[in-house]
Amino acid sequence: MRYLPLTDTDRSAMLDVIGAPDIDALFADVPEHARLSGPIEGLPMHASEMAVEKHMRRLSKKNLAAADAAFFLGAGAYRHHVPASVDHIIQRGEFLTAYTPYQPEIAQGTLQMLFEFQTQVARLYGCAVANASMYDGSTACWEAVAMAGRVARGKKRKVVLSGALHPHYAEVVKTMAKFTEDEIAGAPPSLTAKPDDDGLIARIDDETSCVVVQYPDILGRLPDLAKIAAAAHDKGALLIAVNTEPVALGAVTSPGELGADIVVGEGQAIGVGLQFGGPYLGLFAVRDEKHVRMMPGRLCGETVDAGGKRGFVLTLSTREQHIRREKATSNICTNSGLCALAFSVHMTLLGEKGLRRLAMENHRLACLAADRLAKVPGVKVLNESFFNEFTVLLDGDARMIVRDLTKRDILAGVSLGRLFPGNEGLANGLLVAVTETTTEEDIETLASALEEVLA
Amino acid sequence: MSTPNQSGWKPGTPVEGHNAMSGPDTATGNRALMLEEPLLFEIGHVGTTGVDLPEPQGGTNRLGGFERSEEIGLPGLSEPETVRHYTRLSRQNYAIDLGLFPLGSCTMKHNPRLNEKIARMPGFADVHPLQPVDSVRGALEVINELAFWLIDLTGMHGVAMSPKAGAHGELCGILCIRAALEARGDAREVILVPESAHGTNPATAAFAGYKVEDIPATPEGRVDLEALKARLGPDVAGVMITNPNTCGLFERDMKAISDAVHAAGGFVYCDGANFNAIVGKVRPGDLGVDAMHINLHKTFSTPHGGGGPGSGPVVLSEALAPYGPLPFTARDADGVVHLVEEENAAEFEHTRAFGRMTAFHGQMGMFTRALAYILSHGADGLKQVAEDAVLNANYVLRSLEDVLDAPFGPSGPCMHEALFSDKGFAEGLSTLDLAKAMIDEGYHPMTMYFPLVVHGAMLVEPTETESKAALDQFIMALRSVAERAKAGDESLRTAPHYAPRRRLDETQAARKPVLAWNDPDMA
Repeated sequence: MRYLPLTDTDRSAMLDVIGAPDIDALFADVPEHARLSGPIEGLPMHASEMAVEKHMRRLSKKNLAAADAAFFLGAGAYRHHVPASVDHIIQRGEFLTAYTPYQPEIAQGTLQMLFEFQTQVARLYGCAVANASMYDGSTACWEAVAMAGRVARGKKRKVVLSGALHPHYAEVVKTMAKFTEDEIAGAPPSLTAKPDDDGLIARIDDETSCVVVQYPDILGRLPDLAKIAAAAHDKGALLIAVNTEPVALGAVTSPGELGADIVVGEGQAIGVGLQFGGPYLGLFAVRDEKHVRMMPGRLCGETVDAGGKRGFVLTLSTREQHIRREKATSNICTNSGLCALAFSVHMTLLGEKGLRRLAMENHRLACLAADRLAKVPGVKVLNESFFNEFTVLLDGDARMIVRDLTKRDILAGVSLGRLFPGNEGLANGLLVAVTETTTEEDIETLASALEEVLA
Repeated sequence: MSTPNQSGWKPGTPVEGHNAMSGPDTATGNRALMLEEPLLFEIGHVGTTGVDLPEPQGGTNRLGGFERSEEIGLPGLSEPETVRHYTRLSRQNYAIDLGLFPLGSCTMKHNPRLNEKIARMPGFADVHPLQPVDSVRGALEVINELAFWLIDLTGMHGVAMSPKAGAHGELCGILCIRAALEARGDAREVILVPESAHGTNPATAAFAGYKVEDIPATPEGRVDLEALKARLGPDVAGVMITNPNTCGLFERDMKAISDAVHAAGGFVYCDGANFNAIVGKVRPGDLGVDAMHINLHKTFSTPHGGGGPGSGPVVLSEALAPYGPLPFTARDADGVVHLVEEENAAEFEHTRAFGRMTAFHGQMGMFTRALAYILSHGADGLKQVAEDAVLNANYVLRSLEDVLDAPFGPSGPCMHEALFSDKGFAEGLSTLDLAKAMIDEGYHPMTMYFPLVVHGAMLVEPTETESKAALDQFIMALRSVAERAKAGDESLRTAPHYAPRRRLDETQAARKPVLAWNDPDMA
């Protein structure tokens, strides 16, 4: 077996040193009834690289890759061009096969990268401090809600969710809250050209620990975060802003600058790729340094070594499970280190200039697509504002139309029926995302196909 | 012909009195291949980019009046500078690719590169999680096939694939237990956890709203069955047990523990962090386990990546499987694999799910790698994995127990990790000093001060992907350092001497946290 270096000669020499007659003697503590007599049933014997690759390639071919379609999906996962050097760097063994940097003297590569990543995320979000990453956007969102509960010291239990929060994120929050006794006030999204900020503000009361608002929201619209922040702060509640498309922040003002107290999101769009939903990259930041010790997850900080040189370490670990055990701020241990590296490398390649250009190119193409689709009979563009994703209302069940178009290698978008099953009022809604990878030809392909199926 | 290497020196042998680091100071602070690297913020510029993108054309936008006017402060680098920056940083990291990485309970084994290649196939890497299911049947088959083998290897009834890492999996398992208890109207308040458990166990139980109490241990490092039985009662929701445990020992009484917990109406959670020791040899389902997470980044070799991503599927017993979270995959009678979500759960008779733990469907990129790993090894290879992992650990244990105290050594063989204590070290020298000296010898240190039940614990997990020659070299190095610790060699206190950094001041880092770069000119 190619991954196992020991030979039979080695094994018997080692058993001699140990003083055991055979390998079974080393499993003596495993009771007879628990030991399998032979290899596990059902599973075939070992296979060559070629055989395994062939099997996996056959499975991969059963999927329609985005590159082989006219592709318009978003809703929390976006397809962007990732420069070739990003994948090269994350495959360097020193990054790929390292462990969590608990021995800082021989992990400065990972630690300095994390310090740079934290700074990039903090600046992108308009915050003071970002952590070294969470699992993904949805779990980061829940951790933010849990943190708001800690800030409120358990005195306020009501969590107000915007109706236009990604439904999977809302489901994660609701699932976790069942076990922490937080009261979750959700609402279905309404199909309006502008987000209903006033309706949301009206739901904030003195019992509210936090308000959770997505920016841009699930329908692609841009809520007035500054206004919501002021209203939340008025009632002593925190504003949690959720961003699922970080490229947008190259074009619009960051949530932190608009007054959000905790900013969380999905970082996948930069550097990570689609990967059928994971692994992704949870981003987590706080606007005010005073909240740092309430944060979940790992933090990397600057210090000096015994020789006076600058260096980096994981710090404030007295918040974490391996020190605090049942009193920890979160049970998170493993995070998304390698995805954080991919994000950081891609962001370094972009720089501010590149990020802004990327954002404006996304927006330009999205405007083009919205204008073209608006000309299709039976298609209405809902949004007054958007970045690179907008909602269209179709004369027909959007979910069925998406399925139809898939047969023509057009992945037309994410239907609201898929995101909000059972909500009949949303059934004709379709989210259309457009990025720099979308060509004008793709837009024309989608528009013409819609013209045909809606005719 | 002249003989080129008359001293007979070869790599891996010591050279008396030779200190590679002695010599004059350099103007740059670099030392040949040991290269210093500034922060991105010290070398990059907001006006520099390494990506060619069109200049914005201006004109109107539809950003709703929220367009950004202020600078963000994100420096960029050209592509050559970027590649160099990260390559230079990478060389300050230790990694499995560089040498033995004996971190106990972390299972730092070789990461097969075939799996990297497979995860990057466009049909896996370039598909969106919300594509119509007809366009991603192959991806769903990967999830389903991996799920099938995980159930087979553990002898369990079902598996929740979506948890993102071990601790997330623990939470999933405990939430299943809570949901099952609530379904029978049985509110229980306490989860019992051994003192030797990983910190995530009590943190998870507390997060799920339970009170955490200790399970007593026997002097030989296992759960005290009689004491556990005495504590069980109508208030105990379940126990969390790591098996093999964090002392590197198999819990011989596991079945009896499970039977006792079940008789008292509770459930058994098993932390599967150490599954590598028994994979293909023992099925946790045969021991009465109700839920166990599997760290795909440990046993099934998906790369640790400097701290993630992980993946923590949770195998479930028949009693808990109905409560597993959404989504999951299911194969129908015709062999077609379906994605089961909130809307079609009833069709698949899964109406009692406790909810959803994450957006989308889990760590697909880890699933492809883990499936490739399982198929590569097969039934015979996985059994060999467990046997070689255990053989390697016992070889380390018996080769060093004359020089390092092995508190549970006399009671029999260990499983996949060897546990030592600091007993016998000279006054004033600690496990930390020994660990840092191992860095100078070219190794990542073992797990230190864990489990908490052993004084100055050192937990060594070599894994099955180390050759005998690599183990012999490691044993020689650890023996040498242990002898220096016992002899009171003061130079250990200031180790490491040859790493990119000396010991770092962690107290200062925590007292005045600097968690982001602040431009000194702006301060």
